[in-house]
Formats: sequence, structure tokens, C-alpha cells
Amino acid sequence: MVKIPESKVQSQKSGVDSKYLVNGYYPTIGIECHVQLKTKSKLFSTASNDARGAEPNTLVNHVCFGLPGALPVLNKEAVRLASKAAYALGTRPQKFSKFDRKHYFYPDLPKGYQISQYDQPIILDGKITIHLENGIKRVINITRAHLEEDAGKSTHPTGEDYSLVDLNRAGTPLLEIVSEPELHNSEEAKAYAKELWLAMKYSGVSDVDLYHGNMRFDVNVSVSKDPTKFGTRSETKNLNSFKSVEKAVDYEINRQIDLLEKGEKVIQETRGWLDDKQKTVSQRSKEDAHDYRYFPDPDIPPVVLDEEYLMGIESSLNKTPEYWRSALEKISLSKLQTEALLEAQAELGSSYLELVTAQTMECAKTYANWIINFEVPLRRELLEKSSDLKIDDNIREKLFEQLYLLQKDGKLSSNNVKALLVELLSQNKLPDSVEKYAENAGYIQVNDSAELEQIIEKVITENPKPVADVQNGEMKAIGFLVGQVMKASAGKANPAMVQQIIRDKLKV
Amino acid sequence: MATELKNDLFYTWYKIDELVKAVKSGSKTAESLVNKSLELAKKFNPEYNVVISLLEDKAISRAKKIDEKVKAGENPGRLAGVPFIAKDNFLVFGAETTAASNMLKGFIAPYQATAIERLESEGAICIAKANLDALAHGTSTENSDFFTTLNPHDKTRVPGGSSGGSAASVALGIVPFALGTDTGGSIRQPASFCGVIGFKPTYGLVSRSGVVAMASSTDTIGVFAQNAYDGSLVMDVMSGKDDLDSTTIEKPIKPISQLDLNLKGKKIGVVKEYFGDGLDKDVAEIVKNSINEFEKLGAEIVDISLPSLPVALAVYYIVVPAEVSSNLARHDGQRYQYSASEANDLNESYEKSRSQGFGAEAKRRIMIGTHVLSSGYYDAYYKKAQTVRTKLINEFNDAFSKVDFLAGPVAPTKAFKVGENDDDPIEMYLQDIYSVAANLVGVPAISIPCHNVSGLPVGMQLMAPQKSDASLFALAAQYGEMK
Repeated sequence: MVKIPESKVQSQKSGVDSKYLVNGYYPTIGIECHVQLKTKSKLFSTASNDARGAEPNTLVNHVCFGLPGALPVLNKEAVRLASKAAYALGTRPQKFSKFDRKHYFYPDLPKGYQISQYDQPIILDGKITIHLENGIKRVINITRAHLEEDAGKSTHPTGEDYSLVDLNRAGTPLLEIVSEPELHNSEEAKAYAKELWLAMKYSGVSDVDLYHGNMRFDVNVSVSKDPTKFGTRSETKNLNSFKSVEKAVDYEINRQIDLLEKGEKVIQETRGWLDDKQKTVSQRSKEDAHDYRYFPDPDIPPVVLDEEYLMGIESSLNKTPEYWRSALEKISLSKLQTEALLEAQAELGSSYLELVTAQTMECAKTYANWIINFEVPLRRELLEKSSDLKIDDNIREKLFEQLYLLQKDGKLSSNNVKALLVELLSQNKLPDSVEKYAENAGYIQVNDSAELEQIIEKVITENPKPVADVQNGEMKAIGFLVGQVMKASAGKANPAMVQQIIRDKLKV
Repeated sequence: MATELKNDLFYTWYKIDELVKAVKSGSKTAESLVNKSLELAKKFNPEYNVVISLLEDKAISRAKKIDEKVKAGENPGRLAGVPFIAKDNFLVFGAETTAASNMLKGFIAPYQATAIERLESEGAICIAKANLDALAHGTSTENSDFFTTLNPHDKTRVPGGSSGGSAASVALGIVPFALGTDTGGSIRQPASFCGVIGFKPTYGLVSRSGVVAMASSTDTIGVFAQNAYDGSLVMDVMSGKDDLDSTTIEKPIKPISQLDLNLKGKKIGVVKEYFGDGLDKDVAEIVKNSINEFEKLGAEIVDISLPSLPVALAVYYIVVPAEVSSNLARHDGQRYQYSASEANDLNESYEKSRSQGFGAEAKRRIMIGTHVLSSGYYDAYYKKAQTVRTKLINEFNDAFSKVDFLAGPVAPTKAFKVGENDDDPIEMYLQDIYSVAANLVGVPAISIPCHNVSGLPVGMQLMAPQKSDASLFALAAQYGEMK
């Protein structure tokens, strides 16, 4: 082992770190993320794992309820998904892992213990590359990720002397992913959260629906004047959006610096995020910390994965976000478009990337534009309205094909492409002929020069002032004339053609 | 013809095979067998406190269904019409399951133990739930929250425990077989005290699903029977992999009930450490003499040593309370059964429900278990105990490479007087001193009634390697036939 002089370590470190300094303090952030795995049944019972829209306590069997004599039986699918997650986190699953009991009493924890993985988790030593806005990439190390069961949900109705417990969620399989404390500002924290989200979605491990709590983030934040030492950290729990991760980290950095500047101490504690007030509040301090009395769960034999199993997983891995990024780069999509498509696919589940990367470069750009600017906003709107409408990928693909040809032939203006696309996607059906449909609905551009010339003549006669301006070299005015023609043609004229005819007529 | 009077007190049933043959042929009805058992239960229970609840209506209606099947020419199963009693920590669908604890009093099982399910699917009929030490914590049934079962051979003495009610019910002949659980000796010790065969299988051979958990890594489901053939048949029906218990193993290819009776060339190792201080002289003599009788059957008797055996009990009383404290955490008064009627907040509700619902012994074990798992003590107790447990497993493996069976006493004494060990939990724990090793190691073990011409019954313990369950029944069958 080579021993590096301490002074050198420090100077190197502060050299790298200076951009992170806030008022002379060096923030350090580590993130724990709970990911709900998309199994059909729960981690240790056959009860359904899809709690969306279910009445409280309807997805509960004797195991979830902690009845006497009920035994947990490990869901093999959860192990398969966690194994896939290992690859998404840049590593292989551990060939030996085991489950432990973590004890505490709470009404939403029916057995009086949570089954988790303590010292031998299924994933160790992963990594993930985060993408920052200035194009910089950073590799963040993942300490570990372990399987555990979720607890139920407690609600405390205000003004009542009771609480309610819903055990539908009790036993839902979670993968808790723990990062090394290697993040140093809110942008990195947010980028890390987003990258995990993409990784879990693209590996097919989770639905990653943030709104339904499929991913929850706990951020550990500390600040220190000495970059070689950690300050006392706070843990802000249960953040369920990238925005709240970013805001909570900023809030904590500032709160802790303020405290230290006032000569006070940061307390090691658990905090919660109040989204309406955009602040964190104390929930419990370390003194309340439980002794969880972990010990290996004797009801569950250790998980042993052999090489054959791992090879089976390896042969079934999905394409990663990094794969798609380089595929999109190859067809010259911008970074902005690339990230927008990656996120859109993760959020909406449609196969945009497969569609776009199958096209020629020119067509791919157009498709990307349509997806990002027309289709995605439409889908979000439909989701917001809880519309039952599902847009079929096949219909969308055929529609794109035809619209692209119509636009290329100059038969559709870009405005009309949007209108037509939104209209047809909202119907989720493909007309026998899109061209005919567009014609009947009045979207097709007038490319007939005779017809256009009539209109243009009329516009030139009616607008002597702009005409004179154009002739005097004020080319801006030509836009006004084109606009008038478009108006007179009810939007059907081909604007490029109109401009050419006007130029010809006015000899400019 | 189903029962014959042995003496004024005990009934001996015909072998289960014969009973089933009679039911299948229509010469005897399942209903008549069930009625006989119910009649005996009602006769003996006021005197001996054997059962907590009778499942009269359910049992009779099941028996009628079996008889209808026979009439319709359908196969009524390998145990058609055979009545049995289950220890009251087995969940029987729709029946109260208390584990003899106030914590569970009134709990109606909404699902059924796999063991019960498998017996019922072969036509066996559960007629009653037997008394036990509350939550299976004890060696005398005196720790039942309801009443103490009395020894059929001497009403001033205990039947042993924790499966004392099951053992007494088979000794009295109320049923041809009964189910028990054995976590550290809870089948073998009462079998020894009551003079019946008591069998604890290889860990994982019978599903624990639907049985109130005591200590998950040592809990086993076993049987009390009047003869070895019955015991092996019942075990064969209950055994095998269960989707509801991931610690279960496949049943052996050769049926457990198919006994290989040739003992020629088999070696029985008499364990030196089993005959040291603390063993009652009478018991030592009877057990030694009985083991030696296997020579007549062609077996070779040799001496053998298991050096770590003397610390097995210490290991047991760390590992088991640790698991007990964890398994009992679910009894928190929030979802089912005992809940303190008044509490100002959640913590008070937990505290009151658990301190009122659990008896002293459960609390003692919860405290020991919580202590040995606490941070700062885990390594010194729990982890060290597991290390010694591994050593014990290695020593057993080593011993079984030299001999086919290990032999010794089941318990250090004969049945003791009711109340004798009331103030001494340690004395009560010492009852388990010879039996816990089989549970820690996971091997099958049996208590076979010794030839004992006068006085109280005494059992000898024989252990075999994992999955050699049938061989222990073969020993018991031959020994029984020598009588």
C-alpha cells in the first residue's frame, strides 16, 4: 500500500472541491432510495402487490396480517428483479445473501418486526453515472442495496381519538439503494435521483411512478469547513419528487450553515419535508433511536444464486439509459432532446426510443420533436384528467409515418401537423387514409399556384403600404403579407410557396 | 371391535391400518370411531384435564362424510375415520386455538395448519385440542393459563410438557394418535413421562405453517402414538415440502411408514455425556438396560462421546428465547385477541396488553431473548451461541459417521409431582437437558417407552441422522414387539 502524505491528500481534495463550497462550507450528501419492485404479489406472501385504487385492507392475507402460525415465503420474482437491478447499478448480485428481522413496535408493522437484509444484502458496491446540466458526468458509488418489506400505512384523522391502519402496502417488496456520501450539491442530488429513476425504469425493475410513491428518497446532508471530515448529518425522509430532493438539500445546507454561523450545533436527527412550506422540520432525534435487535430470520433460508442463474439474468437484461444515450447521439439528437425522450419513455412507458432510433437521421429529429412537443404534453394532459384513453404505440407509429410523408411533400404545414397529430392521437385510431382525413378536415396545404396566385393578387392590392415597404427592401414586411395570405386561405396555403410567389411578383 | 380394554384405565386401539381397513370395508363406521373417542374424552377430561376444547360437531360431521364416501365407493384416504387430538397450538380451521395462553383465548383460526390439512385430506378426524404449557413454554403443562393436565399413571404427577395434553390423551387411549410440537423436547419428555411413543422428526420434514411459532429454527411437528407403525404412518402423511413454509424439505422417496426391521450390523452409540451428574439413578439404570436389549435384535452397542453436549442447554436457552422474543412480538393487542381494555396512548396499550396477556414464563423468555439480541450483547450471547451450535452440529455429523444411532435418556427424571418445580424455573429448564441437542442439530429423535415392570414409565431417547426418520420407527417397532 502506498502511503500518501496527508498534506497532499488535503490539497488535492480541496482543489477538486472548491466549486462546491457554500460560504466556506463543504456540503456532503448521501441518498437512500426505496424502490417498489413491480412484482404481482408481495415479498413474502401471495397477496396482490398492486394497491392502486384498492379499498383499505383488501390486499391482506394471514401473512400480511401477522396471524399466529403465518410464515413468510420469499417471492422469487422479487429476487429476479433485484438481480436485474444489480446490473442496472453496474454490478452483479451477491451469490449469497440473507434476510434479517428488524424489530420495533408500530401498528402498521403487524409482526412486530420488518424483514430486511442487514449485513449480507443482495447488492454490494455498485455505481451509477450521473449527468449534470453542463454536460459533466460523475460516477457515484452505491454502497449497497437490499430487499425488504414495506410497512402498512397509518393515518391519523385530525381531531379524532383514533388512527387508521391500511395493510395493503404491508409486505410490498422494496429495494433500498444506499449511495456513498459522494454528492456535494442539490444539482448532483437531483441528477442522482433522476438517474436512479431511469435505471430502475429501464431495467424493468419498477414502475417508478413517483406520484404513487414507487420511489421515495431519504437525503442525508451535512456541511463541514474541513473537507476531510464530515459534519453532523440530518436525514430528511420520504421525498417523492426530484424537485423536493433538490429543494430539501438546499434547505438543509442553508439551515445547517446558518446554525453553525450562529455558533449553534447541528443535531443528528430525522427530518420531514413540508412541501407547502418548502422547508424541513424535525421529526425525531438520535436519542429516540431504536435498538432494532437484528438477527437472521430463521423462517427464510439464505438466498443462494449460482452462475447459471446469473447468466440467465444477464441474457435477459434490457437496454440501459446509457445505451439509448449513445444511440441517440449517433443520430445527432441534441442532449436536451435525448434527456427529454429518456424521461418521457420512463414516465409514460411508451416505446419512443425504439421508434426514434429506427428512423433516418432527418426523420428521427422530426419524430423526436413531435413526441416531445406534441405527444408528451397531450399524454400528460390525459393523465391529469384521469382519462381512460390509451394511445396505442402501433397506431402512433403508422400515423407518424404518414404525417412525415405529407409534411415532406409540403402537403401539411407544421402547425397543421400538430393539430392533426393531437386530433388523431386523441381518437387513438388510424383513418384509412390520413391524407384524405386531413383534406376533409381542411388541414391540407394549398399547393395549387393558380389558386394561390388569385389570393396573393388580392392581398397585394389590398395592402399597398407593406408592398411598398418590401419593394423598398424592408423584407420584414414580407412576413406580414404571407400572414395575410395564410389568413385568407384559412391556413391551408403552403407558406414557403406563398413567399416565393410574392417575391416573384414583387421582383425582390 | 375398535378398542379393547387393557386394564381399568387405559385403552389400546387396534393399529391404524386395521382401523382404516375396517372403515373402508364398512365393518366399522368412522362415526363409531369418532364417537368412541369423544366418549372417552368426556369420561377422562374431568379427571385429567387433557383437552381445552372438544370439536364434537365438526368431528361427527366429518365422520359422516367419510362414511358416505365409503358407501359411494370412493377412496376415503389412508387415515379414513381415524380420530386424533391436536395440541392447541395447531390452527384448525374454524376452531378456537389458544396455545393455552390468555393472549390467544377466543382466537378462532381463519386458516388451517398444513399438518392438519394433510391429515384431514387422508380422512383423519380431529376431535379435540389438547392442553399444553402456555405458548409451549414449559415441561409440565403447569404453565397452561387454564389448568394442569395430570399424569395418567399417577394423578399427583405432571404428564410432562409442553405437549402434556397430547401425551396423556394417547396414554389414556382417548385417540390412537395425537399431534404435538417439539422445540426442545416438548414431545419426547411427556412421551417418556406418560409411557407412549413420542417422535420429533428431522427439522423441516413437516410444515410449521399454521402452528403458533415458538422458536422457528428448532420448532418441529411430531406425533404421539400407541405403537411405532401408527406413528410412522401419521408422519408419512404429514411430511414433505410445503409452499407455505420455506424451511420444509422433500419427503424421503421410501415412505416413512415402510419400516426396515433388520437391525443386524447397526451400531447404537451410547452417549457418555448423557449419563453424568444430575441423572436420576433409577432412570439411568432402566435406560441403560433397555438400550442393551437392542443387542438381542442384532445391533451393536458402543460407547461414544459428544464433548459439546453439556453446553447444549446453555446454547438452547439463548437461541430459543431470542427467537421467542421475536415471534411473540406480533401479540401486541392491536389486531386480534387480548387487548388491554384501557390505555391512554399507543405505548400504554402495548405495555398493558402484553403484560396482562402474557404469563410470567413468556415474559421471562421475552426478556432473556431481548437481552441477548440487544446491541452490545449480541456478539457475547447470540452469536457465540450460534457458533457453539455449529460445533455441536459438526460433532453430531462426526458421531453419525461412526454409528447409526445415538442413545440416552429423554429426561433426567421420571414424572415429577405437581407443584414440585413451581419456584424453580432452572429446575424446569433442566428437564430439557438431554433433549435440546436434537432440536439444535435438526436430527430426528424418538422417545420409546422402556420395559419397566413397576412404577412410573420411563422413555429412552434414540436419535438418527437427518432424514433417517423411518429408522427410528423401525427400532421402536422391534423393541415394542419384544415386550
